[in-house]
Amino acid sequence: MMTVRTWLRRTDWPTVFAAVLVILVMAIVILGPFLAPQSPTDSVDDVFALPAPGELLGSDVLGRDVLSRVLSGGWRFLTMAGAATILGVGFGSLIGILAALIGGILDEIIMRLADVVLAFPQLILALLFVSFAGSSLSLVVLVIAIVHVPQVARTLRAASLRVVGEDYVRYSESIGLPRRRIVWLDILPNVRTTLFVELGLRLTFSIALIASLSYLSFGAQPPSADWGLMIHENQIGIESNPWPVIAPVVLIALLSIGINVLSDRLSRRRGKRGRLQTAAHLAPVPAKLGETA
Amino acid sequence: MGSLFAKTMAKPAAGLGAAKPTSAGIAVRQLTINTTDGGVPIVRGISFTVAPGSILGLVGESGSGKTTAGLALLGYARSGLKIAGGSVSIGGVSMLDLPERELVAMRGREITYVPQDPATALHPGLRLRTQMAECLRQPSGAREQALHGMLQDVGLPDPARILASYPHELSGGQQQRIAIAMAFAAKPQAIVMDEPTTALDVTTQTRVLQLVRALAQQHRTAVVYVSHDLAVIASLADQVAVMYSGEIVESGTAAQVIGRRLHPYTHALLRAVPDPDRALWLEGLPGQAPDPAQRPPGCVFAPRCGLAEPACTTQSPDPVLAEPDHMVRCFRAGSLHIAAPRLLPAVPRPAQPVSPLLRLTAVQAWHGRKVLHDIALDIAPGRATAIVGESGSGKTTLVRCIAGLHSAWTGEIALAGQPLATKAKARPLEQLRRIQYVFQNPYASLNPRQTIGQSLLVAARHLRRGERISRNETLAVLASVGLPAAVIDALPGQLSGGQRQRAAIARGLICQPELLICDEVTSALDVSIQATVIELLTRLQAERGLTILFVAHNIGLVRSLAQDIVVMQAGQLVESGETQTVLSAPIAAETIRLMRSAPRFGAAAQDEFHDGAALDASGMEAKPLRG
Repeated sequence: MMTVRTWLRRTDWPTVFAAVLVILVMAIVILGPFLAPQSPTDSVDDVFALPAPGELLGSDVLGRDVLSRVLSGGWRFLTMAGAATILGVGFGSLIGILAALIGGILDEIIMRLADVVLAFPQLILALLFVSFAGSSLSLVVLVIAIVHVPQVARTLRAASLRVVGEDYVRYSESIGLPRRRIVWLDILPNVRTTLFVELGLRLTFSIALIASLSYLSFGAQPPSADWGLMIHENQIGIESNPWPVIAPVVLIALLSIGINVLSDRLSRRRGKRGRLQTAAHLAPVPAKLGETA
Repeated sequence: MGSLFAKTMAKPAAGLGAAKPTSAGIAVRQLTINTTDGGVPIVRGISFTVAPGSILGLVGESGSGKTTAGLALLGYARSGLKIAGGSVSIGGVSMLDLPERELVAMRGREITYVPQDPATALHPGLRLRTQMAECLRQPSGAREQALHGMLQDVGLPDPARILASYPHELSGGQQQRIAIAMAFAAKPQAIVMDEPTTALDVTTQTRVLQLVRALAQQHRTAVVYVSHDLAVIASLADQVAVMYSGEIVESGTAAQVIGRRLHPYTHALLRAVPDPDRALWLEGLPGQAPDPAQRPPGCVFAPRCGLAEPACTTQSPDPVLAEPDHMVRCFRAGSLHIAAPRLLPAVPRPAQPVSPLLRLTAVQAWHGRKVLHDIALDIAPGRATAIVGESGSGKTTLVRCIAGLHSAWTGEIALAGQPLATKAKARPLEQLRRIQYVFQNPYASLNPRQTIGQSLLVAARHLRRGERISRNETLAVLASVGLPAAVIDALPGQLSGGQRQRAAIARGLICQPELLICDEVTSALDVSIQATVIELLTRLQAERGLTILFVAHNIGLVRSLAQDIVVMQAGQLVESGETQTVLSAPIAAETIRLMRSAPRFGAAAQDEFHDGAALDASGMEAKPLRG
C-alpha cells in the first residue's frame, strides 16, 4: 500500500516538472492552430500594438495578431525539428552501430570522416549546406539531419562497442546469426537508453538550429507563421511591443528545458535499475573501500 | 580520487590515543546489519574472535551475508544497508562507536581490506610506486627501501620494474599480490580479504594463499578470509565459520568444522568440493539461500535440508557447543555420519576404435603472436574431454577455433570427417547446429533484454530452420536442465548465476547439438552451484549421448567430470589420455605441477574417516553459547 507520504517521497519531481513543461508546449503546438482567435496572416491592427483585450499579446511588425501567430507557428517548426531529429539519429545510429560491429578499416574510415565533419560548428555547417542547396523546408530538414549524423554515430558507436564485446553477441556469431539480426536483437535493445537520450538531446539541438536558420531567414519564409521567423522579423519593434519576440523565445526555451531534463532523468534511471539486478557477490566493490589497502 | 583517499587514511589517526587497546586481534559481538529500507536483517547477530597471527575463514554461498559481514569489520555498510547493532573491536578499539573521521583513520592503518578483483583495488592511472607509497608510514627517505621490502615479501622479483609499472602491465596474480602487500604494509591489526583468489587460476591461487598464511604469521595480523570455497579455506584458515542466510551455523577450528562437521549445510558444502586425487561424485546443493525478506520460520536451512523434521520448520535452533570451541546451530547436528565419498563409475573406452567426432590436425593459431602450436587431437564421440592448463595456455583459443569464434588459425578441424570453415559465418547451418558453445561468464552470455524463452527460440529457430519449436518443447528443455517453467518468461537479470548458466546450457541443448563446448562454465559460480552444474553435464552426457569438451583450470573438477583429458601449456599439448590414467600417474611436468597446486583438504581431511567424527546423541547435551 502506498501512502501519500511515500508517494511524495518516491516521485521524481524534476521528471514530473519536465513532463508538464513538454506536455504544455506540445499542447500549444498541436491544438494552437484550432484555438487561434484570428487569422495568423491577416493584418488586424496597427504595427506593434501593445496587448489589449481581444489581442492578448498585441500585434507584430505587420499588425498581425501575435497570439494567433504564436499558436499557429509551432507545428511546422516542431514537425521540422522532429523529422530532422529522427532522420539524423536514425542514420547516425545505423552508421555508429555498424562501425562498432564490423570494426576494422570501415570503422576507421567512418570515424575519421565524422571527425572532419565534427571539426565545423554545427550552425556554420548547416549554413554552408543551405547556401549551396537553397532553403526549401525539406532541404533544411535534410541539412539538419546530416549535421547530426556524425555526433550520433560517435555516441552510438561507443555504446555499441560495449555491447559488441559481450558474450551474448559472441554466441550469436557462433551460431552464424546474420548481422542484421544481431543488430536488431542483440545491439539495438541494449543501446536503447543511449538511443532515447540521444533523441532527446538532438531534438533540442534541432529546435535551436531551426530557430537559428529561421532567424537568419533560411527557414520558413514570410508571411508564414513560424517561431524562428517571428523572432527575426519582430526584433526591430522589441521596444514597442516585446511580446512577438518574447513569446516564441519562452516557448522554445521551455520545450528545450523539458526535453533535456527528461532525457537526463532517463539516463540516470538506467543506472539505478542496473545495480539492483546485479547479484550481491558480483556487485562492484565500493570504490571507497577498494583503496583502503 | 583513490590516491587522495588513501592519503587521508595513511595519516596517523587523530585522537586514537584516548582509546587504549585492551585486546589484540578482532572481536565481533552480536553484529547485526539491516537494510535501511524496511530493516530486513542481512547479517543476524554473528560473533567471532580472531587472534593476532591467525586466520578465520568465513564460508558461505552467494547471498549468505559473508561479504557484508566482512565489510562491517571496517565499520562500513554498502549503500542500502546499515550496521544496526553489536560491536566490532579491532585491536581493542570499538569500531562502531568511533565518529566517522576516526573510523576513516582506522581504515588503512589498523584494518585493511583486499577486494575480490585486484583491478578495482589499484588505481589504473598511477604508477605502483606512487600508490604503494601511500600506504606506508615510513618517512620519505626510507620509502624506496620499504617498497622493495614489500615486493620482496610477496615474492615479486625485479622491484624497480614493477614499481615503475602501471597496474594493467601486470598479470592478475601480480596485481593481487600487490594488493596484499599494500594491505600488510601499514602493519595493521586486522585484514579482511574478500575472495582475493577467485579470479586467479589454481597455481597462482596456491602461491597467494601460502603468501597470506606466511604474512599473517610474520606480522601477527588477524585475518578474516571470506570465500565460498571450503577447499581454499581448509588449506588456509585456523578457524572456520560457516555462514548461511546471515547467521553462523557452524564454527570452530578448521579440523573441527571440516573434519568433524556437524551441520547438514557444512556437509553439503563439502560434498560439492572436488578432489584432484579421486574421481568424486560431486553432489550439489539444490536450491538457493532464502530471500532475507522472506526467511522461513524455524531453521533457515530447513527448506534445503534433507534431514529436516517438523520441529526444524517451526523453531529456530539455538547455537550449542558440541565440543570446546565447536559451535553448531542445528537440532539434528551429528545425525549425519561422514561416509566414505561416492566415486564416479568408470566409463570404459569402447573396445573397437570409433571414428572421432572431432579431429584436429596441425592447428595453429595467432593472437598477434602465435598462441597454438601444431595441435593434433581426436575427440571421441559420447565422451567428456577436459582441456586443462594455466591461464594463457591457449585452451580457450583452441575451443574458440573449433567454434569458429577465432579467425586467425590454420590447419584442419574436421567434424565427423567434414572439415570446418575458419569462421562460424562461413559454416553451413547443419555444422553450426552440431557444435554449441557455453561461455564462462553467465552474467554476460545471455542478452539482458531477451527473456530466457526468447533467447532459446532465437537460437533454435535459426539453427533448426523450417521446424516449429513449440513452447512445450522449450519448457521441456528448461526442465531437463533443472529450471522451473516460470524461467521461460524471466529476464536473465532475475536469475541467479547458477540458473543463468543452466539457461545458457539449455540454449545450447535446444539446438540439438552433438558437441557441447563448455568454456570454464563453472568458474564464476559458487562451489555448491558448480557441483550442480557438473551433475547436470554428467547427466546430459549419459542421457543424450552428448560429447562434451570442457575447458577448466581446476584439475580436481575435471576428475569428477571428464573421461578424457588434454593438458596444455604455452600453446602446446603436453599430455593426453584417459583422465584416471593421466592423473593417477602424470608424466608431463605441467600435469604434475597442476596436480600439486590443486587445493586439497590437507591435514583437516585426514580426520574425515575417523570413527569418532560423527557425534552420538550424548555428545550433544552441550550448553548454549549465549542466553
